[in-house]
Amino acid sequence: MTANLATREAGWVRSVLLAVGLGFLFFFLGLPLLAVFVEALAQGLPVYVDALKEPETRSAIVLTIVIALAVLPFNIAFGVAAAWAIAKFDFRGKSLLITLIDLPFAVSPVVAGLVFILLFGAQGTFGPWLAAHEIRIIFAVPGMIIATLFITFPFIARELIPLMQAQGKEEEEAAVSLGASGWQMFWRVTLPNIKWGLLYGVILSNARAMGEFGAVSVVSGHIRGETNTLPLHVEILYNEYNAIGAFAAASILALLALVTLVAKTVVEWNMKKETEMLNTVLAPEKIS
Amino acid sequence: MIRFRRSISAVLLALVAGAALADTTLLNASYDVARDVFKDYNPLFQKYWKQKTGESIELKQSHGGSSKQVRSVADGLEADVVTMNQANDIEFLADKGLVAKEWSKKFPNNASPYTSTMVFIVRKGNPKAIKDWGDLVAPGVQVIVPHPKNTGNGRNTYLSAWAWAVRQKGGNDKSAQEFLGKLLKNVPLFAAGGRDATTTFMQRQMGDVLITFESEAELIAREFGKGEFAVVYPSLTMQTEFPVAIVDKVVDKKGTRKQAQAYLDYLWSKEGQENAAQNYLRPRDAELLKKYAAQFPPVKTFTVDEVFGGAGKAFATHFKDGGSFDQIYVQK
Amino acid sequence: MPAKNHRVLPGFGLALGYTLVYLSLLILLPLGGMVLKASELGFGQIIDIALSERSLAAFRVTFGASLLAAALNAFFGLIVAWILVRYSFPGKRFVDALVDLPFALPTAVAGITLSTLYAGNGWLGRYLEPLGVKIAYTPNGIVVALIFVTLPFVVRTLQPVIEDIESDVEEAAASLGASRWQTFSRVIFPAIAPALLTGFAMAFSRAVGEYGSVIFIAGNLPLISEITPLLIISKLEQYDVLGATALAVVMLAISFVLLLAINFLQWWSANRYKNDEPLEAAAGRAAGAPA
Repeated sequence: MTANLATREAGWVRSVLLAVGLGFLFFFLGLPLLAVFVEALAQGLPVYVDALKEPETRSAIVLTIVIALAVLPFNIAFGVAAAWAIAKFDFRGKSLLITLIDLPFAVSPVVAGLVFILLFGAQGTFGPWLAAHEIRIIFAVPGMIIATLFITFPFIARELIPLMQAQGKEEEEAAVSLGASGWQMFWRVTLPNIKWGLLYGVILSNARAMGEFGAVSVVSGHIRGETNTLPLHVEILYNEYNAIGAFAAASILALLALVTLVAKTVVEWNMKKETEMLNTVLAPEKIS
Repeated sequence: MIRFRRSISAVLLALVAGAALADTTLLNASYDVARDVFKDYNPLFQKYWKQKTGESIELKQSHGGSSKQVRSVADGLEADVVTMNQANDIEFLADKGLVAKEWSKKFPNNASPYTSTMVFIVRKGNPKAIKDWGDLVAPGVQVIVPHPKNTGNGRNTYLSAWAWAVRQKGGNDKSAQEFLGKLLKNVPLFAAGGRDATTTFMQRQMGDVLITFESEAELIAREFGKGEFAVVYPSLTMQTEFPVAIVDKVVDKKGTRKQAQAYLDYLWSKEGQENAAQNYLRPRDAELLKKYAAQFPPVKTFTVDEVFGGAGKAFATHFKDGGSFDQIYVQK
Repeated sequence: MPAKNHRVLPGFGLALGYTLVYLSLLILLPLGGMVLKASELGFGQIIDIALSERSLAAFRVTFGASLLAAALNAFFGLIVAWILVRYSFPGKRFVDALVDLPFALPTAVAGITLSTLYAGNGWLGRYLEPLGVKIAYTPNGIVVALIFVTLPFVVRTLQPVIEDIESDVEEAAASLGASRWQTFSRVIFPAIAPALLTGFAMAFSRAVGEYGSVIFIAGNLPLISEITPLLIISKLEQYDVLGATALAVVMLAISFVLLLAINFLQWWSANRYKNDEPLEAAAGRAAGAPA
């Protein structure tokens, strides 16, 4: 009997865990999501669609996606580099470095925006120089991208570090000792291993980039149809007593988060195919 | 690598887009509920300006919390004009040298083209019989108000109650502070903003009375239905102003002074005034005020200048850290 | 065994160099600027601001609610991550995608929606309030908002690590006679503990700075349900940028110390597990055999 139990939980444990986990998600995620859609559809589908057709809403959607895409490559490059250095090597001050990477989380988004105003604003450190050279950072798209970079800075690195730590470095070392170059090792060994973690990191930082309000709000200038992202637009619509419009726009953001469902399914499917291929080609060999 | 190049070009594109501005564009930085007013006003002005000068003009709007907006302007948001709902916000820009020192004299009526007042919104049939500020301190009455330190709505409410208390028989600053202490005991929460206070009161059915701008009562009716509440005018309330100003530094740089001046002047025209009235803001024009009398019942008001000696002074005494609001809470 | 093979793997210099440059430009330079700005006030004055009755109360509320929310998320997040990786049930993909929702939803929308749900007449509040449980407009509301806002952290950090646990370790432990609980507590848990701590740390630090959602549900009463970011906004409303940065710097310093402690703990536990305990030994220990 114990032999049966040992690699899986007992049936009742599974049921309890499922009930607790799903119940928690239902009350904390499911209901709020439902409430958003209920509000958005309060006056029926046509009103909902009209609210989304508004040109200012549409330009906000475009800007939100542009910023999220602009931020992504920077975050991936930094995340992988930082995780590589931290997880695979030992050096002094590692905990300090990790903590510094965490720091943007601890900075209130309101302050995060303010920090860039202090640097680039008209009264800021670089303000006069930027003004003299007609370079706009604050109250324009570049400033909003920088603020979003700041907010999403830790995600991918923090996602990858524990994963790469848990994986250890044996596989890479084996690859290198077999004569693989650095890039070969990275593309063929490291990247396949961290694919999942990287994907989660990308999804998280992406969601956060699209949903961020506080920091972006401070540096955006709120020019309608120009520097309003969806979250900023939602707030303005709500304040203008346009609840339908506000919740409709918010529901779009919720849907964008669900797009990850598609992304994940695709990656998952590709990976399954890949592992199946590998399994047929290679006999499983383990270094332990 | 391709990813990198693509992102860089995206940033560059955004940079170019940010820098490219049509030669006659005006940016109006305004408070957050002002959209309706300017959504209707801007086309009126564009038409008028085109007829008068032949020049077509692009008008952009920026909306946000009033003090946040002026901070943005001070930090480099290139707004040609500011149209706010608190005088001390424009005062701040004047201190920073962006707006003329005597800005309130640059336009008629203290540079405020229209006004509103603070009113009580009570539940259908006014079950708690709330008629005046004095009724708000009765035990069991719950008052819904946005945060007095952080929102214009909340500040106006606080100052209105204070002014009423001072004007009572034997009233002075000390009795007013006591009165506000009692009043704040009946405030179960401070809403995040004007709109949030409304949601709390109307949708979540909390509290017996909501205090807000007269102009917002109409917006509440639009969303929640007219029959759901009643508007009560207290015996004395604040006349709230909506000051406007030209941002000198920006118009001089952009060469848009003429247009900015005309844009704000036109707020006092018949068309501008009528547009305000249609958006439930009390016009300065006496004739129009009469025409819309049904919607603007006569009410006894005071201005912040009369009772508190100016918006800046009122703010410093009551809402700065350690001011009367903080004193009430820390003593408790 | 550990630490020595520094040289075997390539790219250390490049990776660390890039990390440090990017970190300095994007994070340290702006934050340094903020600290510099705050220092215009002088040390004494910063301490005065930080130690005022209002600030202290706000720090208590902010850090207390954040710790509680992060702890609850660590517990429930572990369960959620576990069932998402190990079990199959209908609608799993949808549930999995749902986990990212709190990040994508603007925090203000989250706050408005949660306070509507938990207010006295809300979908949940109407059942909770007769039981004497008040959520909206009390410090409880702050915890609820923070749980929502930081929920993805723990789940998403644990998921890849749980996926990565090799089944042969579990099998080894089982074949040596360990019960499922022993295998979990002695083999699996130590393996995922660093990730769990990471998730906790991130959830906690994110919670400390959260503003947008909290103000809609907190009630914002001074000394009772006022959070530090609200005090910062108050200062900004008074155009007191210096005071605001001073508070922000104090907050940052506290978070920094707490994070450093958590990360040190994480590093220590990861190292202990990885270096001192070969998998067979862990499996054996789980089964109660001397290593």
